[in-house]
Amino acid sequence: MQIVAIAENGTGTVDLDGTRYPVELMLIEDPQIGDYVLIHAGYAIEKLDIAEADARLALFESLAEIYRQETGLPVTLAAPPRQREAV
Amino acid sequence: MTRYIEGFRKMDAASHFRTTLAEQGRQLAEQGRSIHLMEVCGSHTMAIARFGIRDFLPAAISLVSGPGCPVCVTDPGYIDAAITLAGQGKIIATFGDMLRVPGSRTSLAEARAAGGRVEVCYSPLTAIELARNHPETEVVFLAVGFETTIAPVVAMLDAVIRQAIDNVSLLTAFKRVPPALSALIADPEIQIDGLLCPAHVSAIIGADAYRPYAEQYGVACVVAGFEPLDILYGLQGLTQQLLENRPHVDNQYGRVVKAEGNRQAQRLMEHYLLPADASWRGLGTIPASGLVLRPEFARFDAVHRHGILPTPGRINPRCQCGEVLKGKIRPAQCPLFGVACHPDKPLGPCMVSSEGSCAADFKYARGGA
Ligand code: SF4
Repeated sequence: MQIVAIAENGTGTVDLDGTRYPVELMLIEDPQIGDYVLIHAGYAIEKLDIAEADARLALFESLAEIYRQETGLPVTLAAPPRQREAV
Repeated sequence: MTRYIEGFRKMDAASHFRTTLAEQGRQLAEQGRSIHLMEVCGSHTMAIARFGIRDFLPAAISLVSGPGCPVCVTDPGYIDAAITLAGQGKIIATFGDMLRVPGSRTSLAEARAAGGRVEVCYSPLTAIELARNHPETEVVFLAVGFETTIAPVVAMLDAVIRQAIDNVSLLTAFKRVPPALSALIADPEIQIDGLLCPAHVSAIIGADAYRPYAEQYGVACVVAGFEPLDILYGLQGLTQQLLENRPHVDNQYGRVVKAEGNRQAQRLMEHYLLPADASWRGLGTIPASGLVLRPEFARFDAVHRHGILPTPGRINPRCQCGEVLKGKIRPAQCPLFGVACHPDKPLGPCMVSSEGSCAADFKYARGGA
């Protein structure tokens, strides 16, 4: 979630795909508008390093590409979560 | 952000890991070895069950769940103390998971049905709101959790003190993850070769917190996120460390976790809290594994304020949560699993919390078994 506003009392607003939520920022150092943060129980608990996230995604994508080349299988969908049918 | 969620769940990258893990399993078998990995954190437990990750592992790699669900390790006596306070007319503010956890006799849900005031909060800040709206009584916040939750609760207490609110107190059962891991690793009955270290707890305590396990006990450690690809990558990393006999701490969750952790949160926790011995349901008392309010903040401690004395309480003797939490048995090996004990009628806390091993296995069990 990305910080889109910081009020004078240090409380912030974050955006997740167009929805906005209030968030407390006192547990992270020097929060800035535009920072991505990890939120737990209404508090931002750490900043997200978006460059690291992108690098990891690129790694996973390259592993997927190796697999596709080795097996000739096409791109498949995201792994489906399994869930027990209603009991 | 959806791009990130989908990106961390791609099936063909997962298939790559399946192939790699199978190859690693073959190498382990060749060396005549089998390895035991433990996932420490309840969010990992849930994701592993949900995405069927155990199915990706060859026979030589076993993955057990650890004590990583704070609700599951809370003593029934703690619930009893909260119920006593509710009976005295206090407002009990709690995260939702605690409601149905069995105490020695009843649960908070039953206490609520009997007229007790129990309010479910998403954030500890709700306690402040409740206290403002109900100046005639006191709000007791059930301060249960590991480091990830301790930091926000302490931040709430900081706001209470700054705003000079005096009708909020904490009933604390804070737990620290590292001392519990030390106790498990030292237990001769439990074999742990590698730890899949928690994601969000590590954001607070830092990846360096695991170095003693690698350096002194030779246990492989990987800090991993909890998307399925993160977990598979972590399991592959742990196995590789063990194959090469080179145990160390590998922080694979660098997008969130720093080596030193969140210093700001650590400072705030140190300001308000002190380590103390703590009792863990199923594991017993572990030295310095809890955090309690410093004496100068005793007026915010519900136990001190109301002179109650929480005891460990009485556990249903048939519940095997202790064995499950130590990773000694899988939930389905408990004779009550899915029979006398299921999420609608949990006998033990591992079946209550969505992060509990029994609840996760029940919900996502293969083939509706
Ligand atoms: S299945 Fe129920 S009774 Fe058995 S260990 Fe799990 S929570 Fe306890």
